[in-house]
Amino acid sequence: MIAELGHYALVLALGLALVQASVPIWGARTRDPALMAVGTSTALAQFAFVAFSFAALTWCHVVSDFSLLTVFENSHSAKPLIYKITGVWGNHEGSMLLWVLILALFGALVAAFGRNLPAALKATVLAVQAWIAAAFHLFILVTSNPFVRIPNPPFEGRDLNPILQDPGLAIHPPLLYLGYVGFSITFSFAIAALIEGRIDAAWARWVRPWALVAWMFLTLGIAMGSFWAYYTLGWGGWWFWDPVENASLMPWLAGTALLHSAVVMEKRDALKVWTVLLAILAFSLSLVGTFLVRSGVLVSVHTFANDPSRGVFILAILILFIGGSFALYAWRAPALRQGGLFAPVSREGALLLNNLFLTTICATVFVGTLYPLALEALTGDKISVGAPFFNATVGRLAVPLLIAIPFGPLLAWKRGDLYGVAQRLLAALAVAIVAMAAAFAVAGGGPVLAPFVVGLAFFVMAGALTDVAERTGLFRVPFAAVVSRAAGLPRSSWGTAIAHFGVGVSLLGIVGETQWGAERIAAVKPGETVSVRHYDLTLDGLSQRRGPNYQERVAHFTVRRNGDVIGAMEPATRAFPVRQMNKNEAALMTRGTSQLYVSLGDADENGAVTVRLYHKPLVLLIWIGAVVMMAGGALSLSDRRLRVGAPRPARQKPALQPAE
Amino acid sequence: MKRRQRRLLLIGAGGAVLCVAVALVLFALKDSIVFFNSPTDVIDKHVASGTRIRLGGLVKPGSLTRGANFAVRFAVTDGNKEIPVAYSGALPDLFREGQGVIAEGAIDGAGIFEADTILAKHDEKYMPREVADALKKQGHWMGENK
Repeated sequence: MIAELGHYALVLALGLALVQASVPIWGARTRDPALMAVGTSTALAQFAFVAFSFAALTWCHVVSDFSLLTVFENSHSAKPLIYKITGVWGNHEGSMLLWVLILALFGALVAAFGRNLPAALKATVLAVQAWIAAAFHLFILVTSNPFVRIPNPPFEGRDLNPILQDPGLAIHPPLLYLGYVGFSITFSFAIAALIEGRIDAAWARWVRPWALVAWMFLTLGIAMGSFWAYYTLGWGGWWFWDPVENASLMPWLAGTALLHSAVVMEKRDALKVWTVLLAILAFSLSLVGTFLVRSGVLVSVHTFANDPSRGVFILAILILFIGGSFALYAWRAPALRQGGLFAPVSREGALLLNNLFLTTICATVFVGTLYPLALEALTGDKISVGAPFFNATVGRLAVPLLIAIPFGPLLAWKRGDLYGVAQRLLAALAVAIVAMAAAFAVAGGGPVLAPFVVGLAFFVMAGALTDVAERTGLFRVPFAAVVSRAAGLPRSSWGTAIAHFGVGVSLLGIVGETQWGAERIAAVKPGETVSVRHYDLTLDGLSQRRGPNYQERVAHFTVRRNGDVIGAMEPATRAFPVRQMNKNEAALMTRGTSQLYVSLGDADENGAVTVRLYHKPLVLLIWIGAVVMMAGGALSLSDRRLRVGAPRPARQKPALQPAE
Repeated sequence: MKRRQRRLLLIGAGGAVLCVAVALVLFALKDSIVFFNSPTDVIDKHVASGTRIRLGGLVKPGSLTRGANFAVRFAVTDGNKEIPVAYSGALPDLFREGQGVIAEGAIDGAGIFEADTILAKHDEKYMPREVADALKKQGHWMGENK
């Protein structure tokens, strides 16, 4: 019964989406306030119905209603409650429902908090949002209905893929979807601007918070996915240039470019047409990502069940929205009033350079990700484009971009003084050179690349600090004045500096892990010791443990450093009988920002077990840097400018009524 | 600087970055792509020894043998032809006889595929026959349609 109600709510949500897709935009054309206001109420109601539908599906998972196909295929009565809940989106149907839930959520947020938007713009934005929603509601109902029943319900389910039985599943997909789908709002704003034929600095001010929100969640979602892969796949890799990862990286790159170009548009009223294009591009890439992951053209841990009809349907949505929006862009963009040009050496110029490199990198990733698919479709040859390709292209293109980061915020608007900025960055350069020399000395030769990247990372970090120091007048004015200046500094300036600092932190983690990591594979018997770097691990013994829906084989290691015991590590392998799958539970020991990583392999006939040991220097900085970037984004989002920017219509206080 | 010069500079800078990117992409594509082949492909196309490829298929049941120092040998089959594979290192968790596998490496002079990377496919669907039949009847069957 609950499932039928959920199904029905989803059908109603589709109906509401169709109303929301047509009535408000008609109102905006005819300037009818009543029709335009329909958008707000339908957006809120649509969200309520999708949320109900999602809650119904969650309920079916929690009570293990195996008469539902999705529950049967992905759940088991012995599965812990948290995985029953997260298992809702651990399959194709449920994850698509989460996708539209978040889409409806963003629509509702615009409806609820977009009071200071011009009525026509708001109505058009909500209508465009509903076009997307209607397409995906239809997709779910036609090809991926999560509420399909089985006529003869089985007594037990087939359990969730063990790799997905992890707290990471609770966090990674929702965050990633908040990011992906968040760009639907900037897309809707861009389409609305093209339909209205009007765009100005105020538009950028309305769009920027949404772009920031989407970007923050996407940053955290990607980092979380990477961390999850790192600890769960058992060999310590954190980025594989897997097409599915690239699918999330591309909207991130386009979104990062969008954030920067929106600044230019807001402050200088320039780069307008380009910003609109980026907004369209960011969401188009999100759709491409959804297509790659959900259509089954790629086989990976993210692909659940393959069904050709789904791929065709998503492809149709993709062509409709991307083709349609680019056609609209080609038709209407020339009508938008062009902004002014500016000197190449200026803040605008630096931001443009940022955009140039980010979009080029994005295009490179796009080529590397889709070339194998295109080649297979055209010639039938199956190829793989792996890490070497991306390291050679993206790695090289990123270097000039990273070098330019500290210069950007220090350059003045309109006309900058590159020589003056370079002088102010001398201290940062000195820090970078010292770091480079130190890295070279510590590594004792080795690859030259690593110390160079360490220097680059420190240059980016020190550059961000220089930016703050320059703005607060540190070392130039009395300390009290510095404090008051720091307090008066706009939060968006702090946000910029912190986010850029985070880039340097991540870069340091990346170079530490990739260039100085150590790896060891060994077969050990109880009582024997294996060593990696300065750590000695002694295998004390093996034991069996029983979990709620698995059997676990655990190895007990004592870890010593220079003879002193510093802890114990217990890597395990879990066997899940229902799926007949094994899952690796690597043991991690954190030392500062470095980690010791042990994963357990098979046992051989002599009683020795295979273990893989890794020492991962500075590895945690990769994700800490992403969190710092996100914190910078959050700080920037809380800036007054973004909240108070446009005049808000005065709300009338209800007059007090005398009591009868 | 005049408006036209600025525009030219802008287009020039954009063009330069794009050219560098295109050069990098072409160069990297030439060096780092790897073709995927089934055992039948390898034999029919006479893939030269030393050419780096990805070999995909099922691990032939009963073919797995382990030697000293993490050396393993197994055969990859596609039901038609099979290729012997040698690998040294720890095998992935999902590696199992009778299951899908992708090995990356090259064929040596003796016709043995020397793999340096082994990838086991993640996709596994297991379903009791009765349920599968019921689902087929209902038109909801969506497994094994590759």
